[in-house]
Amino acid sequence: MSDAERDTPATPPAADQAPAEAVPNGLAPHELTPPASAAGTAARSALLLGTFTLIFTALMALTFEATREPIRASVEARRLELIAQVLPQGDYDNALLTDIVQLPTLPALGIAGPVTLHRARRGADPVALVFEAQAPDGYSGTIRLLIALRADGTLGGVRVVAHKETPGLGDYIDPAKDRAAPKWIAQFAGRDTAQADNWTVRKDGGDFAYMTGATISPRAVVRAAGRAVAAIAPAREALFGLPTGASAGEVFK
Amino acid sequence: MNLEERTAYGDIGRKGLWENNTALVQLLGLCPLLAVSNTLVNAVSLALATVLVMALASGAVAALRTLIPYEIRIPVFILIIAALVTCLDLAFNAWLHELYLVLGIFIPLIVTNCIVLARVEAFAAKNSPLAAAWDGAAMGVGLLWVLALLGGARELIGAGTLFSGIDMIIPGAQALKVLGDDYPGLLIAILPPGAFILLGLLIAARNAWVARAAAARPAAPHAPVDTASA
Repeated sequence: MSDAERDTPATPPAADQAPAEAVPNGLAPHELTPPASAAGTAARSALLLGTFTLIFTALMALTFEATREPIRASVEARRLELIAQVLPQGDYDNALLTDIVQLPTLPALGIAGPVTLHRARRGADPVALVFEAQAPDGYSGTIRLLIALRADGTLGGVRVVAHKETPGLGDYIDPAKDRAAPKWIAQFAGRDTAQADNWTVRKDGGDFAYMTGATISPRAVVRAAGRAVAAIAPAREALFGLPTGASAGEVFK
Repeated sequence: MNLEERTAYGDIGRKGLWENNTALVQLLGLCPLLAVSNTLVNAVSLALATVLVMALASGAVAALRTLIPYEIRIPVFILIIAALVTCLDLAFNAWLHELYLVLGIFIPLIVTNCIVLARVEAFAAKNSPLAAAWDGAAMGVGLLWVLALLGGARELIGAGTLFSGIDMIIPGAQALKVLGDDYPGLLIAILPPGAFILLGLLIAARNAWVARAAAARPAAPHAPVDTASA
């Protein structure tokens, strides 16, 4: 095939073979006459552009309104689903998403800015604290973690929420990508947070298994989880005692 | 629809699917093509979204073409495309939330996919809404089948599976483990270089096919004469 056969956007042969109503340059015949003044053309263009903007903005606004409730429900369901991976839904009976306190910016969590901490309860008894933390030193960027800390001081579990680790190498920290059984991330469940000294991979003298050839990602996850629970665990009783929606700044003074 | 029109519509379809294929011939809009074609489901989902946007945008522009002043046609085209993509983005977020999280920035980026604006400017601005929508859909489906092939091949070679992530669209559906549990995987196929290598092979295969068809033509007198290359 010759290059001439290809229709580049600039000179489409399609225009010749187009069905009946083809009009050159997108102009209807009546628009070619009369020759309007420059100011008239500009005013007309501005008016038409404004009208088009209004119509299509209205279309977007309507769609936004129609999708607002489903989107809110999807985000909430997704969040509960994530939390369910570190804390079974049967373990608590309160409204986890609204029973929150605001943590101040803590270096141990690795997140710049306040963090929302969810409190799970069963009746009046505290069950677990659920919060996010970040590992700044992944192989390629930060790794976001979701951590459940049980009221008795053991870990409910850790999950990787977002990461950019190399597919097929370091991404086994994400259980969806982990081919091993049991999953690597499962070794966090049930750990006693009192022994925070050993929170690194075995290569560095810690307690955590890893896969040879990809040490950086698991090391980052284990250390970040260790730092986070070491900061939160001693304060857990005080955190459960705060009123809903309160700031936990005083607890960490 | 008379014979002439039917031929014209057939021509539009043939051009979109094969002769001027977006991904293999025009090589337009490759950024999302290469970025999300790491699994079959991702590739087909984004391609379907693109088909929808192209058909709707082309149809809308063609319907409004007599109202759009020539001087400001590009801003108006972009406005129409961006509005349609925004609506689609919101719809994905609301009803296909898991998939929305996977495709992420690539849905809004359909706005900047030059193939959409190219078809609007080159075809939709000069033709009837029906022909324009058909042209947009045909060009989009041309992208879709290449993307599906690329995504399927990358997933199969890279991970040994097909349809992984199908549960994001049909809850409870399972991926096919085509090459079994023991398949070690080939990382490069999933990483970006795999997309370039496989796309190169696909383009080469198409060129070889076209060259062979051209060489075989004189020997077959009953084959339709291609007037364009004569």
